[in-house]
Amino acid sequence: MNTVKREQIDSLLKFAFKGAGLLTITLLGGIFFMLFANSILFFLNVPPLDFFTGSQWDPENHYSIFPLLVSTFWVALGSMLIAVPLGIFSAAYLSEMAPKKLQIVLKPIIEMLAAIPSVAIGFLGIVLVGPGLAQIFGIQNGLNALNGSILLAVMALPTIVTISEDAINAVPKSHREASLALGANKWETLFKVTIPAAFPGLIAAVMLGLGRALGETMTVLMATGNSAAIPKGFLDSVRTITATIAIEMGEVPYQTTHYYSLFAIAAILFLITLAVNFTGEFFANRLRKFHS
Amino acid sequence: MEKKRIIGLFSGLVLGGSTLIVVLFLGIILWDIFSKGFPSLSWNFVSSFPTNGMTQGGILPAIIGTVLLTFITTLFSVPFGVACAIYLNEYARPNTLTNVIRASIRNLAGVPSIIYGLFGLALFVQALNFGTSILSAGLTLGLLSLPYIITTTEEALKRIPNSLREAALALGVTQFETIKDVVLPKALPGILTGVILTLSRAAGETAPILFTGVAFFINGISASPNQEFMALPYHLYMLSTQHNEIEQVRPLAYATASVLILLVFLLNIIAFYVRFKNRTQD
Amino acid sequence: MDGIKLRAENLNLYFGQKQILKNINIEFPKNQVTSLIGPSGCGKSTLLRSFNRMHDLSPDARIEGKLFLDELDLYGRKNSVTDIRKRIGMVFQKPNPLPKSIYENLSYALNIHNYPKQDIPNLIEAALRESFLWDEVKDEMKKPAVKLSGGQQQRLCIARTVVLRPEVILMDEPCSALDPISTKKIEELILKLKEDFTIVIVTHNMQQAQRISNKVAFMYLGELIEYDTSDTIFKHPNNELTQRYIGGYFG
Repeated sequence: MNTVKREQIDSLLKFAFKGAGLLTITLLGGIFFMLFANSILFFLNVPPLDFFTGSQWDPENHYSIFPLLVSTFWVALGSMLIAVPLGIFSAAYLSEMAPKKLQIVLKPIIEMLAAIPSVAIGFLGIVLVGPGLAQIFGIQNGLNALNGSILLAVMALPTIVTISEDAINAVPKSHREASLALGANKWETLFKVTIPAAFPGLIAAVMLGLGRALGETMTVLMATGNSAAIPKGFLDSVRTITATIAIEMGEVPYQTTHYYSLFAIAAILFLITLAVNFTGEFFANRLRKFHS
Repeated sequence: MEKKRIIGLFSGLVLGGSTLIVVLFLGIILWDIFSKGFPSLSWNFVSSFPTNGMTQGGILPAIIGTVLLTFITTLFSVPFGVACAIYLNEYARPNTLTNVIRASIRNLAGVPSIIYGLFGLALFVQALNFGTSILSAGLTLGLLSLPYIITTTEEALKRIPNSLREAALALGVTQFETIKDVVLPKALPGILTGVILTLSRAAGETAPILFTGVAFFINGISASPNQEFMALPYHLYMLSTQHNEIEQVRPLAYATASVLILLVFLLNIIAFYVRFKNRTQD
Repeated sequence: MDGIKLRAENLNLYFGQKQILKNINIEFPKNQVTSLIGPSGCGKSTLLRSFNRMHDLSPDARIEGKLFLDELDLYGRKNSVTDIRKRIGMVFQKPNPLPKSIYENLSYALNIHNYPKQDIPNLIEAALRESFLWDEVKDEMKKPAVKLSGGQQQRLCIARTVVLRPEVILMDEPCSALDPISTKKIEELILKLKEDFTIVIVTHNMQQAQRISNKVAFMYLGELIEYDTSDTIFKHPNNELTQRYIGGYFG
């Protein structure tokens, strides 16, 4: 091959690679367009005010996202109440206390936990956590918000632990040494120096964990009972946005109001996860700038 | 001083205890599933079709479906993902376009999987008329995998020192030839690790294939990409929630869950092996 | 004395806002060794790299002025960068063998540039002999190049450049990562190579510059301060800065 031809191929492929790069923008744009085009078709039939302020999700009659939204947040917040302290404490243990040998064992364990498919965790919600909750609280079945929260916590934990650990490790050693030199003990240093310095990273960890919990489908679909009423407590059955889409999309005829409504709730979910991930990203960036 | 010691002891207990709980979670999951699933596992279970309305027989079509599905996902997501990572790491200049691409990738990684399912339904099943099929489902999972493939590939490319690129370029080798002959071969183990880990996630996904082609039962195995298919995660979902004889099929559900988790772990172990082997070589 | 092989006219080079090279005018004579010396950050490596267009990939590098190989405009729009790099080879500071076998390190570029298959083994042997490496590696050509010692790796990198028969070889501190014995071998090699090639070398080592070069250029803060024969620069430099640098007062 002569030089001219080789250089032509070179510049041609440069364009091809750029095309692949642009594909990612197209993909995100496509998802955005698909959600909002279908949502507009939905809002042509259902007034937005009813959608946001009503209190019933009862397709064909009432389309209100409100109970689904409450359910989604209820389960996700519950999961964070469990996963955030566990995750951050574990991360602190891993980076500040655990001996090297133990770290080498613990890290793959966290990665294994992350690898377990959500449907397997949902299955345990049915066969293990559900019956357990039913026994403890003396209720008929354990398929409720608490069950979903426990499972989502398990799923969000690897994300939270990993990112928190990175954040804690990123705190410069000199900070800690300065504190120890001033006579503070290991614990005072951890809680008063290290964790506050790692705080933006911890927020990022929590946000990315929350994003994962909000968007998770199979576990909540299997474990929360799926009743579309506004929940009053953690022992009530709930039905999240993701579960609603999963249950109903399989059964609705295409191009009906009910069909479009599922895109509308998906659009809301998309915006929420986008906002949560952006917040996480914002704090992660701040951490990066702070340490570089 | 006594108070300080008590606080220290208490803090240590809380931190160590939290870690113990996280480890226990994994232990409980694996113990429960494997201890109840392994008794039902047999060669027959993984090599035969379900019979008697799924109350007996095996999960062969679900295993084959998941393997084929993952294969289609790979065919689609790896070339595009690797090409995009090459663009970002080898060609892209630090400008607005590059920032937009990076922001898109981060956002795509955060989009809930069920929304990929909706997008696959709208794009592949309906707009492109592929119907509910293993092709539509595989492509949908391919889109979902794309951001992870890009990120892990770019990390692998970043680890290749610039001196190697300069070595080739200084010999009058073009940039593409440098990438093809020097950078990619050297980065291959790292790329492979990322690809396998991503595929192990894709193989366990359920939500994106729900409306794009997965079926509860199919009569025979077909190699045609426009057929519906069975998949392990969906099979587990159906057995555990939608079956008429839920108590009767529970052992089968446990066994299916065991196979699914073993498959995912196997992929993870392969990925770690590739990474480990590469590290020891350097 | 032969003619001029390589030259720069009014060369200014910027990284972003920062100017690295300030109005450089310099000519490198054919079949001689020219050394570029000066304290770290004076721009000598940057100048060297601009001759085979190694800055092309740095997003924020900007070049003004002209560079020539004979009468070929190195940054001319129509001129092929791959062709230029084939004619102007480069050896880097740290040995950077390709992650391939010893043999492939040399055959790779020959194949890319379409040398006839039957000639390749002979070309490789000749280049290895020329680089004083043949006797050490002739029995293990299939061994990965990274398994060689640092000095051997650097001689392999020189052989890899020599095998393409470039007109100019640029060397960016080729001995800075090597032990004294390897350094000596490479210096001998450079003195032999200048019979066939024009050599421009960046070095930190005054004694080395004195031992191997015909001409020496002293640079400081992006400017060419003094450029003369090796004798003049080391024995009676005209500029006071050069004098102080040679004398070891700074750098």
